[in-house]
Amino acid sequence: MADQVRLSKVALSADFARRVEELSGQSPYRCYQCGKCGAGCPFAEYMDLLPSQVLRLVQIGDERVLDAGAPWSCASCLACEVRCPRGVDIAKVMEAVRLLSLRKGRTPFAVDEAASRRLPQIALVGITRKMTP
Amino acid sequence: MNTILYYPGCGVADQARSMEKGAREALTALDWEMQEMSRWNCCGTVYSLATDDLMRHVGPARVLARAQDAGQERLLTLCSMCYSTLKRSEQFLTADRERLDRVNAFLDDEPDYRGGLRVVHLLELLRDEIGYEAVQERVVRPLQGLKVAPYYGCTLTRPRAAGVDDPERPTVLEDLLTALGAEAVATAERVECCGAYLTASSPDVARRRAVDIARAAIAGGAELMITSCPLCQYNLDTRLAEARGSSDLRVPSVYFTQLLALALGGDPAVEEHEIDPLPVLAARGLSVEVKA
Ligand code: SF4
Ligand code: SF4
Repeated sequence: MADQVRLSKVALSADFARRVEELSGQSPYRCYQCGKCGAGCPFAEYMDLLPSQVLRLVQIGDERVLDAGAPWSCASCLACEVRCPRGVDIAKVMEAVRLLSLRKGRTPFAVDEAASRRLPQIALVGITRKMTP
Repeated sequence: MNTILYYPGCGVADQARSMEKGAREALTALDWEMQEMSRWNCCGTVYSLATDDLMRHVGPARVLARAQDAGQERLLTLCSMCYSTLKRSEQFLTADRERLDRVNAFLDDEPDYRGGLRVVHLLELLRDEIGYEAVQERVVRPLQGLKVAPYYGCTLTRPRAAGVDDPERPTVLEDLLTALGAEAVATAERVECCGAYLTASSPDVARRRAVDIARAAIAGGAELMITSCPLCQYNLDTRLAEARGSSDLRVPSVYFTQLLALALGGDPAVEEHEIDPLPVLAARGLSVEVKA
């Protein structure tokens, strides 16, 4: 967790929160920060921010969440979605953050060529979709 | 003979042919026949999670429209990912006339999708229409003593509105195994993601997930795992085999359709595997030939 984003005096943008809300169709303000999403996320250990922390940064309109690695470790598995006591579809919020990041021209990762030998087509299409703004 | 229109999808049509062969064998034994669509395209593999890209529903809509144009009210899938993508797109489009009209405008000279097609997973057909009791009656090679851990993964049961069973406590695979005479081993990992397409960008993550899933299966006494998705199957077979220190964890995986075919007296279509399931089957008196 060395690269965790720390809160400090940064410009916050209500407009950013609104854009995430629009793109995801989810109100980030429903989230009451219980942390259940991250507790059951199979990929939380690889994330620099927990899913609840991504939600928190979106709530306060902190655009630095666009540089976080967490949304890229999310596999849209929906474990959090079925467990969130507030009915937030966190995977959609993660997708909105990824898309806004991609639309700013960021390219977060590459397909591992060696690992891609004999990879099922559905893996390649899935990962390509994830990298398409 | 009952027939049902069937959408294979890219995974099943290419790498996961054994999933389809198993399903065909099994359904024949149950007096059912899958009729492949005369023309189909990729479903897109992942359901679009953003509100602003209707374009990504054109692929699924094309499949749904063709099924409807063929005079069908429902469409069968085997792959959990196809099932989920088609089902969710179907729900998304049918729920809103305006969206549907806009997507149909993209289909242009093709038939329109009118909404309301029922996307059915093979497990639903088996459980709800054919019935597990009827399946049990047709079993000619009971999988006696075989300890099998179902692996559900994500898209078969999540989200709830487009799942075949309860997302947290599913039983559809355990119940099938019981009907086939096998012993079902339910693990805590059975509904936790295998890494899915992260296997393409972060193979190590997928390897570690496969190790955790295999470890849970072995801790429960399982000697074999079953899957319903070509990507889960790939991760549980190939990524597990590659993982460092996994030599004690080499628990093989097959598609549920393959075990079903075997129990119903058909060919389980065992093809290439990194972790060979044949010794486990043979040890339970279920020897099968390997196909090239
Ligand atoms: S589970 Fe839901 S309410 Fe709890 S922290 Fe996560 S998003 Fe917020
Ligand atoms: S959808 Fe993403 S954030 Fe939620 S549990 Fe799955 S991987 Fe974690």
